Amino acid sequence: MIVKPKNLIGLILLHTFLISVALSCICPLFWMINSSFKTNEEFRNDYGLEPAEEFNLENYKKAIFDGDMGIYFLNSVFYTFITVFIIVIMSSLAAFAFSRLQFPGKDIILFIFLTAMMIPLPAGFVPVYILLNKLHLANRIGYVMAMSNMGLSLSIYLLKTFFDQIPRDLEDAASIDGCNKLGIWWNVGMPLVAPALAVVIIVNSLTVWNEFVLASLMFTNAKLMPVQVGLMEFYNKNVIDHTLLMASLAIAAIPIIIIYIIMQKHIIKGITSGAMVG
Amino acid sequence: MNDYRPKDKAANFSFVFPALLIFSVFYIYPFFYSFVLSLHRSDGIFTYDFIGLAHFRDIFQDKAWWRSFYNGGFITFWALTFQNVLAFALALGVDKAIKTGKIYRVIFFILPVLSEIIIGLLMRTILLSEPGILNHWLNQIGFGFITRDWLAPNFALLTTALVHCWKGFGWAFIILLAGLQTIPEQLYEAAKIDGASYIQRFFKITLPLLMPVVSMVVVLTLLGTMQAFAMVLSLTRGTGRLTEVPVMIIYNHLRGNQVGLACAEGIILGAVLVIVSFGMFAFSKWIKDKT
Repeated sequence: MIVKPKNLIGLILLHTFLISVALSCICPLFWMINSSFKTNEEFRNDYGLEPAEEFNLENYKKAIFDGDMGIYFLNSVFYTFITVFIIVIMSSLAAFAFSRLQFPGKDIILFIFLTAMMIPLPAGFVPVYILLNKLHLANRIGYVMAMSNMGLSLSIYLLKTFFDQIPRDLEDAASIDGCNKLGIWWNVGMPLVAPALAVVIIVNSLTVWNEFVLASLMFTNAKLMPVQVGLMEFYNKNVIDHTLLMASLAIAAIPIIIIYIIMQKHIIKGITSGAMVG
Repeated sequence: MNDYRPKDKAANFSFVFPALLIFSVFYIYPFFYSFVLSLHRSDGIFTYDFIGLAHFRDIFQDKAWWRSFYNGGFITFWALTFQNVLAFALALGVDKAIKTGKIYRVIFFILPVLSEIIIGLLMRTILLSEPGILNHWLNQIGFGFITRDWLAPNFALLTTALVHCWKGFGWAFIILLAGLQTIPEQLYEAAKIDGASYIQRFFKITLPLLMPVVSMVVVLTLLGTMQAFAMVLSLTRGTGRLTEVPVMIIYNHLRGNQVGLACAEGIILGAVLVIVSFGMFAFSKWIKDKT
């Protein structure tokens, strides 16, 4: 766009640069997956740097069934699914109201939501954790509720800008046909803000899936831990078994990488528009 | 559809109510609650003694706390310079090589998508001198002279900073690339016809038009890096105090039941971040107004 490399050397240099950075991203991940197929003897000989002789899934079996990685993983799926569902419902209802309905205190409430996006709370987890303990909510329910607050402001803002662009005629038509406000929100509003909903779902899923701090404080019982906390636990128990460790990391990483590659267009768009707002 | 009867106002308000409730309980209340807690010596459950500003006085004299600020600042310095310059260079490169650009874009963004814990534990396994994966590989390819104990006390902070940059550059790259692609091609064409060189076009077109995006990336990098925690924890465990970052101290104080102290530290870190980021926005606006 800026300059068309006039000569071959420029082009080769550019691609050497890009490819070497790309390799630095991929190689450790390949090494991780490759090592996870190896036995410990094999690993001791070649440090995981030679291709694995066979797809030996022993480490995966051990990590999933003996090491609780299966439970951690399902817990994460559960937390992410429920939290994102709650965020989508709450933020789209609120965004619809901010865009379309009249109620006392509307401007002030919106202002508070938007200001919250700009104030970093590096230790926000401290009072939240204390509060949950006091309310006897240091459990799954409390965690999901606390997490559903995390992406709320951004989601409301993103959805509101989309609701603002919907022509009002559509809603008037629906309301003449006897649709109430809730019906308009669900039947008219939600389908039309689908692109923004995709962004909201993607950004929040990643946030919840990758969250570590609050989960590590709240869940001391292995049966409740999400995968990020479980990985730390698993690492501490199996520090010397490197191939088993790589299998546990691969279990956490591979599904995300696959989902990412399938949906990369939406994910990249989502992250970009999320950051542009902040 | 906008009726103004009281009943309708209540019905309308109920749309916002769930979000407002969660937000009040988990953001607004904790926000003020942490100020109250910071004035007390408290374990969060049983003891609760008012001690005024004593925590803040203690923190200002706490060498470990300011050491963690230095560590966070050190990592942030590398993220702002090395990571963002690399990301900018890559964005310019991919913007040019548009045909293969997509595949690079996909690859560079894998690491930001993965969790900090995965990256931290993976790099810990690779970098630790036992078994010494990286060192072994460096020996194999003939770079034996730079092998070392990457997570040793005298080197761990730099290693942490570099791993942080490695994980984060893809994120800055994606945003800068998105910014670059909003610049209309015609501007460059016109400048070319007028005989502007590549350097001139970069400084007269690319940089000024990209300034808002650049300043946003700078502020978000700063906020994100100063609050880094999970990656540092999983990579180094703090290495004594040598790679301890501010949030790690707050986390450990909370774990050690020094809740009031943890809140006071959080308030200080938050205040510093607000001041610095608003300062940076003001600065970039001042630059924009001048040019």
